[in-house]
Order: sequence, then C-alpha cells, then structure tokens
Amino acid sequence: MSATTSASDIQQHGRAALLSLLSFFKRAATPLLLLVVWEAASRSGVLPDRILAAPSQIFVTLGELVASGEMGRNVLVSLGRVATGLAVSLSIGTALALLAGLSRKGEAAVDSTMQMARTLPFLGLVPLFILWFGIGEFTKIALIAFATTFPMYLTLYSGIRAIDSKLVEAARLFGLSYPQLIVHVILPGALPSFLIGLRYSLGVSWLSLVAVEQINASAGLGYLINNARDFMRTDVIVVCLIVYSLLGLATDLLVRLIEHYALAWRPTFIKD
Amino acid sequence: MSSTLQLDLPGVQARGDSGRAARPATTPVPFVEPTPAAPVQARKLSKRFGANLILDQLNLDIRAGEFVALLGRSGSGKTTLLRALAGLDRISSGTLEVPQARAAVFQEPRLMPWKRAWRNVTLGMKIAQPRERARQALEEVGLAHRENAWPSTLSGGEAQRVALARALVREPQLLLLDEPFAALDALTRIRMHQLILTLWRQHRPSVLLVTHDVDEAVLLADRVLVLDRGRIVSDIAITQPRPRSAERREFQLVRAQLLQLLGVEVEAPAEVLVPPVPKPIATPFNFSNFSI
Repeated sequence: MSATTSASDIQQHGRAALLSLLSFFKRAATPLLLLVVWEAASRSGVLPDRILAAPSQIFVTLGELVASGEMGRNVLVSLGRVATGLAVSLSIGTALALLAGLSRKGEAAVDSTMQMARTLPFLGLVPLFILWFGIGEFTKIALIAFATTFPMYLTLYSGIRAIDSKLVEAARLFGLSYPQLIVHVILPGALPSFLIGLRYSLGVSWLSLVAVEQINASAGLGYLINNARDFMRTDVIVVCLIVYSLLGLATDLLVRLIEHYALAWRPTFIKD
Repeated sequence: MSSTLQLDLPGVQARGDSGRAARPATTPVPFVEPTPAAPVQARKLSKRFGANLILDQLNLDIRAGEFVALLGRSGSGKTTLLRALAGLDRISSGTLEVPQARAAVFQEPRLMPWKRAWRNVTLGMKIAQPRERARQALEEVGLAHRENAWPSTLSGGEAQRVALARALVREPQLLLLDEPFAALDALTRIRMHQLILTLWRQHRPSVLLVTHDVDEAVLLADRVLVLDRGRIVSDIAITQPRPRSAERREFQLVRAQLLQLLGVEVEAPAEVLVPPVPKPIATPFNFSNFSI
C-alpha cells in the first residue's frame, strides 16, 4: 500500500468491504433458508430419513467417515482411477494431436476418426467395455481414458494449428531441430488452448468416475454410494456427492494454478 | 525500364548487371567475379510460384563483410530472394551458395512469446552458459536490463533489438534483414540505424537489407541493388564515408537516381539534374539528427 493512503481511503476500503459482505449474505440467504426448511422438515418427520437425511445428520456422517479413515481410503482409490485414466488419455491425446497437427498425412489419418469417435456417448459404451474387458479395474480406467482423450486431443490439435507460422519459420531459420521445435515452439504455443481441454477433461473424468464406479466396485466413492443405497443410508450418499463436487472444484483450482505459472507470459497474467 | 545511370560523382559508382550492356561509369567494377570467396553467390537463380516467375535468372554476389541493401517495388521479388538466401524456400533453378551460419531479423520481431528475452536470444543453441552469452548479446543492443522480460512487455524497438541480439549471438556470416525497421517510429528507426552499423562493424557479417526506404538504403549500405521483376536492374556502390548525411549532395543524387529507378517521379533539386560540379557544395544547414 502506498504511503499516501489517507484515513478517508481506509474508511472507503472499510465501507467497500462491508458492502461486499452484505451482498454475500444477501446471496447466501436463500440457500441458508432452504437448509433451515430442510432441517425442520426432517426433524418434524415430514421428510423421512430414507428419502433424504437431515443436513445435521449429513454433517455428522461426514465427520464419522473422515474420522474412521473410510472416506480418505475410498477417495484415494477414486483419485487413483482418475489419475491413471488421465495419464493414459494425456499420452494418447497428445500423441494423436501432434500427429494430426504437424502433418497433413497425420491429419488425414487421425482427425476424421477422432471427430467421429468423439460423438459416441461414452456411457453407451459401458456395456461393450464390460463385454470386452470384464468388470475389473481395466474397464473403469479405460472408460475414463476414453472419455477424456477427446477434449485433450481437440484442444491441443487446434492449438497446434493456430500457432503463428512465422514463429515456426523463425525457429527453423535459427536451426532448431524437429524435436526442439516441438518442445520450444509447438507445445508451448498450443498450451493455452490445451489447458482449456485439460480443465474440461478433468470435469469429464469425475463424471465418468461416477458412472464407472457403479460397476462392481469394491472400493472408491462409487462403492460407498452403492453400499449406502443398499442400506438406505441417504446421508452417506449425499456426503459422497458433496465430496465429488469438492474434488471437481479442487481439480479446477489445480488447473488455474497451472495456468497461472505456465501461462505467465500471457499479457493477462503479467503484473505491473 | 531503363536502368542506365549516368553517375559521374565522387563516391558513387555504377555497375552494370550481368547480361546487360555495361554502362559508363567513372570506375567500372567487373560484376561477376568480384573476389574469389564471396560468401553469397547466386547464379541464374530463378524461383517460380506456379506460372509466376518471381526471380528471373538472377545473379548476385555478396562479399564477406559487405553491407548490401536491396530495394524494389512491392512484388519485385525482394522477400522471395531473401527467403531463398535464408533457406526458407527452395529455388526453382540456378545455383545458390550461401554460408551455413545465417541469421535473420524480420519486420516483426518473431520472438517466442512464452520465452523470456534471454531465452529467445539463445533459442535452440546448444552452448555452455547460455545465460551469459544471452546477457552479453543483450548488452550489445543495450537491453541487458530487460533480459528477464516477457516479449509482450517489450516495446516495438526493444523487441526488435532482442531479435537483433538473437541473430548476432549466432555470429552469422550472413545477416538477413527483412525490413526490420519498417514498423518502428521514426526516432527509434534512427537509433536502430546507428545500432545496426555499430554491430555490423563489430561482427562484420555480410548483410543483406531488404527495404522500401531509399534513404535507409543509402545511409547504411556499401551497395544498393534495385530489383525489378525478378532481376537486379541496378547495382550502385556507395563509397561515401560513414556517417553519411542526407543533406549532402552525393546522397541526394543517389536518392534521386534510385527513386527514378523505382518509378517514382521526383521533383529533384535543380543541382541533381544538372551535370555535377566537381567541387563539393557546402551545405548551409547541418541536420545532425539525420546523419549517422
């Protein structure tokens, strides 16, 4: 803060903070009211437990699941599936995008196929994948990988194609080898576009995780939900849904963080 | 277009294009075999795009350490020639010899936006202590303090100086400049002219400067070539000592001749059109900001 900040400035800042707090409460009022109504309905017996547990009960269950380590263990299993699936799709998506983005032959060979396959609803593929690969881990990871390959491929491919050919020309003139060209020019140039695809892929990966963990899982968030359904534990189901959304939020933050560092060169990120 | 030049001036020599009639000149210089080891030698160089012949059996020599400016109207093939020399385009026929060590500065800086200034300078170089080398190069162009800057934060002139450092750090034998000052403001351009001459004297590369700007060509170059329809129609040596002043009569004469060759009707100063007087005319005003 500059040395010339006067008392009235501080006062103004204080007023602004107060106003933003006020608007926050205004926005939070409706959800809070709904929570209160929900709690009241549960307590009075209008909303039975087997339909939907009370918010207070959900909160208690969350504490129990975390304290017992059950939540942590299952979240780790789910995270492992997502990470493996993403690693596979990242490798395949990048390889295919480079192939299609850097050569006309590659484009002819890869792009039309990818554009067609992308329209397949991956949830519709679940029965086929089960027939092909059984109901083990492989199917789960393969489905996550399948669903997330397309956003990575599409954004990286279009990112590569959007690179200024003058930069490529300059790099060639300065004697960059082909691998150097890919590392120093092509991939960094396509990164902004690719990160959009990565963020989208992460979203899709959580979505597909929910779907694949319905298949014969013995661990993971989906397993917790399935189990809870069998015992009509609506509180556990809601807790798991909340955890899913928190995980989605966390990965989105992760990508934003990556963007902040990896795209530091872009004018929008440059401070002062 | 008639390319015949009558230049009986001290410091200005006209030379005939090969394949054309030799023109009268005070000190004619044979064109085709200047020095045995001219680093750039183009012989009957042609380049066609489809049915269009852009370069037409062009002959060109650039000697070691020589500063050559290439003028021509839009579409005359200037950029095509430069791209051929840079190895960016294949030639259709003829022979072309160029040094392996080449570097270029283009009209736009063409810096990698995702690399800091110093990393742009040593882009793709496999050397020990790249940062040191980059810093030295940036110091030469007066930008040592901007070594960590992102290209998007550099001004046009600064970015162009980084591009210059990137070219010179490779110690090129042939430096290709494709209208590198065209997008700069007038004051920055004057500073860049001085800088390019300083750096040229230090590193002594052969330079080919492609430009639209007749004054720029005459200020900087040892030789000014005029390209028209894919052929070099004029090759004028400029032996005035540097720094040159646009106020001097010799300068204005050459400028008038070049503009004529480029098809610009100029109302030349009277003394340009009359036969030159041997004794130099004293210039009453010295616009020192236009001399470098």
